[in-house]
Formats: sequence, structure tokens, C-alpha cells
Amino acid sequence: MSYLPYALAAWLFVVGLYGVVSSRNLIHLAVCLTVMQSGTYVLLLAIGYKNGGAAPIFRPTRHKAVDPVVQALTLTDIVVSVTVVALILALALGAHKESGSVNPDEIADFSG
Amino acid sequence: MSTILAFPVALPLVGAAFVALTDDWTPKAVKEFPAMLIAGATVAFSTVILVRSERVTLVHWFGGWHPRHGLALGVGFVAEPLGAGMAVLAGALVTASLVYSWRYMEEAPRLYRVLMLVFLAGMSGFALSGDIFNMFVWFELMGVAAYALAGYSIERLGPIQGALNFAITNTVAALFLLFGTALLYGHTGALNLAQIGRSLAGHHAGGVVIVAFTLLVAGLLVKSAVVPFHFWLADAYAVSPVPVCAVFAGAMSEVGLFGIARWYWTVFSGPLDPHAHAVRDVLLAMGLVTALVSAVMAFLQRHLKRLLAYTVISHVGIALCGIALLDSKALAGAANLVISNGFATAGLFFACGVLLREFRTVDELLLHGRGRALPFLGVVVALAAVALVGVPYIGSFLGHSTLDEGATEHGLRWLPPLLMLATGISAGAVLRAAARIFLGWGPREDSLLTPEPPDEVPETQASRPVMVAVTAVVVLIGIGLGLAPGLEDRSEHAADRFRDRQAYVERTLDGKVRRYGPPAPVVLHRAKPSSIAYGIGALLIAIATAALGLYRRRVPATARRAGARLLDPAVAGLKTVHSGVVGDYVMWITVGTALVGGVWALTLHGP
Repeated sequence: MSYLPYALAAWLFVVGLYGVVSSRNLIHLAVCLTVMQSGTYVLLLAIGYKNGGAAPIFRPTRHKAVDPVVQALTLTDIVVSVTVVALILALALGAHKESGSVNPDEIADFSG
Repeated sequence: MSTILAFPVALPLVGAAFVALTDDWTPKAVKEFPAMLIAGATVAFSTVILVRSERVTLVHWFGGWHPRHGLALGVGFVAEPLGAGMAVLAGALVTASLVYSWRYMEEAPRLYRVLMLVFLAGMSGFALSGDIFNMFVWFELMGVAAYALAGYSIERLGPIQGALNFAITNTVAALFLLFGTALLYGHTGALNLAQIGRSLAGHHAGGVVIVAFTLLVAGLLVKSAVVPFHFWLADAYAVSPVPVCAVFAGAMSEVGLFGIARWYWTVFSGPLDPHAHAVRDVLLAMGLVTALVSAVMAFLQRHLKRLLAYTVISHVGIALCGIALLDSKALAGAANLVISNGFATAGLFFACGVLLREFRTVDELLLHGRGRALPFLGVVVALAAVALVGVPYIGSFLGHSTLDEGATEHGLRWLPPLLMLATGISAGAVLRAAARIFLGWGPREDSLLTPEPPDEVPETQASRPVMVAVTAVVVLIGIGLGLAPGLEDRSEHAADRFRDRQAYVERTLDGKVRRYGPPAPVVLHRAKPSSIAYGIGALLIAIATAALGLYRRRVPATARRAGARLLDPAVAGLKTVHSGVVGDYVMWITVGTALVGGVWALTLHGP
């Protein structure tokens, strides 16, 4: 098993984080969050992967298979993230309606 | 088996669906009752669990997936007194808020009730779950409901900004949790807390374990709002509807702290116990900085909800110090603090709601003297402030004194005075606001306090007697808990069990039932003289802080100018750092995580 998937997972996570920090557009920011999230998908799938493993369906024959648990986790994770991103996009839409901007710097109404 | 463990989660979830379905057909007069009843019933179930769990740790495996030969495949709930107590606290505050907000919400009240119930299910699930991925799902469920509740008034910019900052920072936190969970699963092949704990025990902490520990703790530090992960909290609290704030303040931040304690003792204590001092030092430093910095920030606010938000962060810092000592006494102290401060702060938020209803603002300076029309509320607010101070035998005193004893046993004699200072300053800020609003003391202008954009408050038909009554009841609970006989012994006993990984693992995986003795005798311990001194000291500091806030002008000019020269740059710096821009906040989270992880990478390694 190569280290490449783990490196990719870490890269996606960090590059997404950089995007969230530096973003000047809420829509872009939401996409950066999904990039981070993709890092976790890759990590989960890499953890469960086995060289030469097939899908974890054991009928009619038993064979070498990848770990189904991480796939279930990934699916759950996707569902959860869709909810969150939908909510953030709805809020971004509201921000645009109210202030005409989706730039987090410009919609900052209060501070301190 | 203990099917009852499913109820604190299943009941509010099914109830939320029920309310969503039937709300349109329910007659207007009784529309609000189903949600209240469901939340109330949830508290009842959680309380039964709490009482039963004092004798024996309860375990429930969903779908009958019991562990075989010590191997857990299914998802299990495990209840011991601290976890069950957390669920009771969350349920009690949600119920109180639902009663309080009778006719309060003008727009989409149905969604409000549904979201509150889902929020409750998320918190209860997080408190009771014994599976790390399951805890992540509850964390997200509680998060999503909370973001929606924070951004409830979506046609105004303030709530949108607050909810966005909240949602984005906490989603990043959730991703940290998930990344850490995935690493742990890869390392141990398990998701059950007991299983991971057993598999890590007896090994040295390797790189993967340290990274996972850092990510999991950092994620929860964001949720519980510890400096420098705390920035989102004040923004979110300042704009959320008042009943929602009360639950956020009393239960949500504390759920994050609870998670840190749960994961340290059930999962990581095996490999990390030899390095306990490194864990302790980092968490203690963060807790102290949080307690002190936020107390000062609270003092600088004129927007009452923001002021209270910073006192909440300060209390979180103090409770984190209690957890950080990694000791039963201090942990029990932290738990008691969380309960009494939770109720008292919730009561203060409720009082803000009454002020909002009457005067349509929560700006301390604009409210100057206007609270004289509400003398009873003034008394309640003052009592809540006293509960926060922890005057001997009242309110948070029990938590403070137990924590102080724990700190002294560890030889950290310098800790209690610093915590006393933080408590005094933040409670002093509350006292100052109360004196200005309800007594009309002090000037009407103060350039030190951060100006806020005006609140636009929607009309409400909420009933003032109901609101004031709920406020008073909640504050009285907060005050009275300090006097509850036997609570000190019981909480220490509970903390002992909470820290016993061996017993937790054997109970969960091997089904080995341990019976614990009858609850401790009902006695009220006499506090140590030092604790009483700290309680009185905190009161004096609070009064001095309030007086300084109100009558700074009477200080001789030379002393005032010298003080200003010394403090102004620090104050300006603090205010600039709290920029309100979400990118900055995530940057702080990243830096904080990197620092914590860096220190732990250097100190937690090896045997």
C-alpha cells in the first residue's frame, strides 16, 4: 500500500483549510470546506483499502475485500456535509440579499 | 438491557418529526405545548438514567449488536453519572427555554421548536454515546441545528454574519474531529471508545496517536470556545434569539468540554498517562488564558448578550483548568461549576430577553436607569451575578472550592487566586451592567466599551410574567446547587468513576457489571478557610471591577492617565484581534492547533 493516498488526503485537507482562511467569497469558501471534507473521504477510503481487494459482497464466494466500515463512514460523512454546505450557502444567499456582497470582510457588521 | 438509554435521543428526534408534522393542525392556543412536553419528558428519562447510573454503569447496544469476545461491532450508549448529568443539564435548559419562549418567536415558530428538539437530541446523544464516530455525528447534528438557530433572523445582516462565522469555524472543527477519528480507526481498527482505549493501552504514544489526539482536542476546543479558538462564540451569541443563547451558554460549550474529558480518560489515558504533565500544562495554560482574557473582554462590552458571551468563555476557561488537572476532585469541581454557572448564565440571558421585550435594546448604556421599572428582575439579575461570583456556599462556590482543593493537592497554589481574579472580573462586568441598568448608577457614556450596531427587534407577544418566572426559577436553581447537600461527595464519586478507564472498558466490552455503593451521605461539607477566602476575594474583586467600570472618572487624573497609557494598547490590541471576519478566526484555529500539536509532538513521545 503506497503512502500516496495519505499524502493526497493531507494535501486536500490543508489546501482546503488555506482556501477557507484566505477566501474573499462565501460561495468559494463553502467549496473550500468541501475540498477539506474530500480530504477526509480520501483518508477514510485509503485506510480501508486492501491491495487486490474487491467490493465487500461475500456471496456467492468469500474473497479478499476492502473494509466496508470506512465506506459507511464516508457515506454518512457525505450526507452530513451536504446539510452543512446547504446551510452555509443559504446564509450566503441571505448575506447577498441584505448587503449585496458575499465577501466576509464586507459583511462584517460587528467586531470587538 | 438498558433500553432507556435510547430515549433521551429517540424521544426528541421522534418528537421533532411529530411537531413538524402536526404543528399546522394544532389549535393555536396549544401549539407550543407538545414541544415543551417532549423536552420535559426527555429530562425525565435522562434523570432516571442519572439516578440509576449512580449504582451501575448502564450500557445499551443498538439493534442488539452486543460485543462478542470483547470485540464491539455495534454502536453502544454508555451512561455513567457525569454523562447522564450532562444530558439532564441540556434537557433542563432546553425545556426552560421552550417554556420561556412561549409566544416569543413571531416568525416560523414551528421550525424553531423543531430545531430546539433536534438540538437537544444532538447534545444528549453526544453525552451518552460510547462510539467515536457516533459522537461525531451527534456533534454535527447539534451543530447544524445550532447554526440554523443562530441565524434564525435571516433577513438581518448581523445574525447572518454570526451564524456564518459559527457554522464555518465549527465545520472546520468537525472536520478536525473526523480526521482524528479516521486516524484512530486506521491505527486501532475500532470506533468504540472502550475498544480504542483497550487497544491503545499498554503502548507508547506514537505519532499517529498524538496527531489524532491533537485534532480531536482542537475540534472540541473550538466547540467549547477556548482561546484562541473562541472568536466565533461572541458573534454567534450576540445575534441569536435569547432563548437559544441560554441553551448555547448553559449546555453547548460545556458539551465540548465534556467530550475532551471523555476522550482523554476513556481513549487516550493509557498511552498518555506517563506524559500527563504535558497534557496538563498545555490545557491548563489555555484554560487560564481563556479565563483571564475573556473576563477582560467581557468588561469591555456594552452589548449585554456579547458581555455574557465573554463571561461564558471565561467560565469555560475555568472549567477547562479543572479538567486539565486530571484529578477527580478538580474534575468534580469543573462539573459543579458547569452546572451552577450554566443555570445562572442562562438566567442572565433570559433576563436580557425581558429587557429586549420591554425596551427593544440590550445596550447597557442605552438602558441606563430604565431597569428601575423592573425591580424584581433587577434582584434576580443581581442574584445571578452573586451566583457567578461564588460567594461562600452560594452558586458556583461549591465548584470553585472543590477545584481549588484539587489544585492545592497538586501543589498549584498559584492557580486558585488567578481563577478568583478571572471570576471576579467577569462577574464584575455583569454587576456593573446590572447597577447601570437597574439602579441608574454611573455615567451614560463610556468610550471604553465597544459600540455595537443597533438591534432590530421583531415584535413579540411573549408573556412577561412567564419570562420573568422562568428567569427566576433558573437563577434559583443555579444559586441553590451550591447548597445541595451531598452533591460534593456524589460528584467526586462520579468523577472517580469517570476517570476509571479499566471499569469503563470492562463494563462495555466484557459486560462485567460493577455495583457501586449507595449514594454518599447527605451532608454539607464545611469549606476550607482558603476556599472561603477566595470566594470573598472574588466578590471584592467583582465589586471593585464594577465600581471601576462605573466611576472611573473619580480616580485621580494622574493615576487614570498612567493606567490608560499602560492598558490602552492591550485593550486596542484585544479589540482588533476580534475582527468579526471568519477567515481570521479559522487562521487562529489553525495556528492554535499547530501550536498545541507542536508542543505535544515534542513532549508526548516515547515511553
